[in-house]
Amino acid sequence: MKRWTGAMAAVLLLAMGAACGSDDSGDTSSSGGEKTTTLTVYAAASLTSTFTEMGKQFEADHKGVKVKFSFGGSSDLVAQIQQGAPADVFASADTANMDKVTADDLVEGEPVNFASNTLEIAVPPDNPAGVASLQDLAKPGTKVVVCAPEVPCGAAAQKVEEDSGVTIKPVSEEQSVTDVLNKVVTGEADAGLVYVTDAQAAGDKVKGVTFPESSSAVNVYPIGALADSKNQDLAQQFVDLVTGEDGQKILADAEFAKP
Amino acid sequence: MAHGARQVGLPTWVFVPAAVGALFVVLPLAAMLTRVEWTDFFGLISSDSSVDALLLSLRTSSASTFLCVIFGVPMAMVLARTSFRGQQLVRSLVLLPLVLPPVVGGIALLYTFGRRGLLGHSLDVLGIQVAFSTTAVVMAQTFVALPFLVVSLEGALRTAGGRYEAVASTLGARPTTVFRRVTLPLVLPGLLSGAVLSFARSLGEFGATITFAGSLQGVTRTLPLEIYLQRETDADAAVALSLVLVVVAVVVIGLARGRGTI
Repeated sequence: MKRWTGAMAAVLLLAMGAACGSDDSGDTSSSGGEKTTTLTVYAAASLTSTFTEMGKQFEADHKGVKVKFSFGGSSDLVAQIQQGAPADVFASADTANMDKVTADDLVEGEPVNFASNTLEIAVPPDNPAGVASLQDLAKPGTKVVVCAPEVPCGAAAQKVEEDSGVTIKPVSEEQSVTDVLNKVVTGEADAGLVYVTDAQAAGDKVKGVTFPESSSAVNVYPIGALADSKNQDLAQQFVDLVTGEDGQKILADAEFAKP
Repeated sequence: MAHGARQVGLPTWVFVPAAVGALFVVLPLAAMLTRVEWTDFFGLISSDSSVDALLLSLRTSSASTFLCVIFGVPMAMVLARTSFRGQQLVRSLVLLPLVLPPVVGGIALLYTFGRRGLLGHSLDVLGIQVAFSTTAVVMAQTFVALPFLVVSLEGALRTAGGRYEAVASTLGARPTTVFRRVTLPLVLPGLLSGAVLSFARSLGEFGATITFAGSLQGVTRTLPLEIYLQRETDADAAVALSLVLVVVAVVVIGLARGRGTI
């Protein structure tokens, strides 16, 4: 009996150790004699398609380097980085979240602004409520969905409302742009306030309606290599790709504006 | 249940994984307690949006538990007391929300009751619009919680067996009388524990609600959604509200345990 206890405990410890060990970012690992390095990039969800493309290009340009992405809400990613997540690069959807990371001295050098994004009205392709301007969103009976003021896209929506004097009574304040977009795509909502790039990425599932008042809330995207990265050089090279000509072209194709 | 049964000693090694498992559940809760900002605790949980969220959660969870009982009891009886072709398949389908990710449930509900869903147009004609309403929250909660009631009640019905019902029937009681006077009292503990589980599941519902009902203070933003949103800006408030949800859950389970139903 007693021996069993010891053996069981040993097995458990081993299992836990193995689980923890394999979960590590594994900065360098050798397989088949060739050394591969993993670069981990934490990026705002709205950068999913553009950054994935850049990751492929980066891997093609750097033999033996694998780029791993974690896409999510910027504030979620900040919380994870602050808790010691093994990230090499962080790209945020707004400066406020990047500021939190720099305030904790977690960024190597100064973050660089690499893109910007403005709001646009997304409507279902048949535009059932006939939305053509920001003012139309305030019409009674029009089901409008926005982001909650707590998240960047909602803060931008709030700023546009304040500056334009248009008061929108939304039927829902969603957690993320994706949630807003989904309510429009499924036709649940008549209109939603999303970023230009999100409406673009949704293709013909939604129609984008631009409005001049959007210029009062421009979201700037900063990127930075993280101080705790074990691959400083590679991290900096990835930042260079994003801010360089190739990266900027990919971003422009997705309708991101210059910072 | 094990009254009078002689206690058989457990192998010693069992205690090691049991303790590790228990720690795994308890430790995160304890860790959360260490992060609670006690000095401003009541300030954090008494904001308008928090109070609205708590009240909405209690209201919708009660409503969905009621619906679970109304529909779940007959479902459990049909599954436990009859046999028909394809019953096994029906049972599996009805219990599907147990294993389905709630987000999937939300998407399914959206394509059924949404404005452009399967029934959405007919409902629209009748002047019923479910989207973005508190009704949608209750529907999402009922969808995920119903199987909990059906499973526990069906188990209770099978354990109780049909002998008393058969006796009552031979003595001339009509089916409804048998149900009311024999079956129901017999399985009442099972029904209560099923209802408590449904309530708890409804209280914690997140994925189906945010997908199907949206999120608006006082209308569709239940406590889990409020916690998720608060985390964006005010981590302290999120932790404080999480603790409130834990306390409510513990109270509910404690009440049920006190009555010996779980």
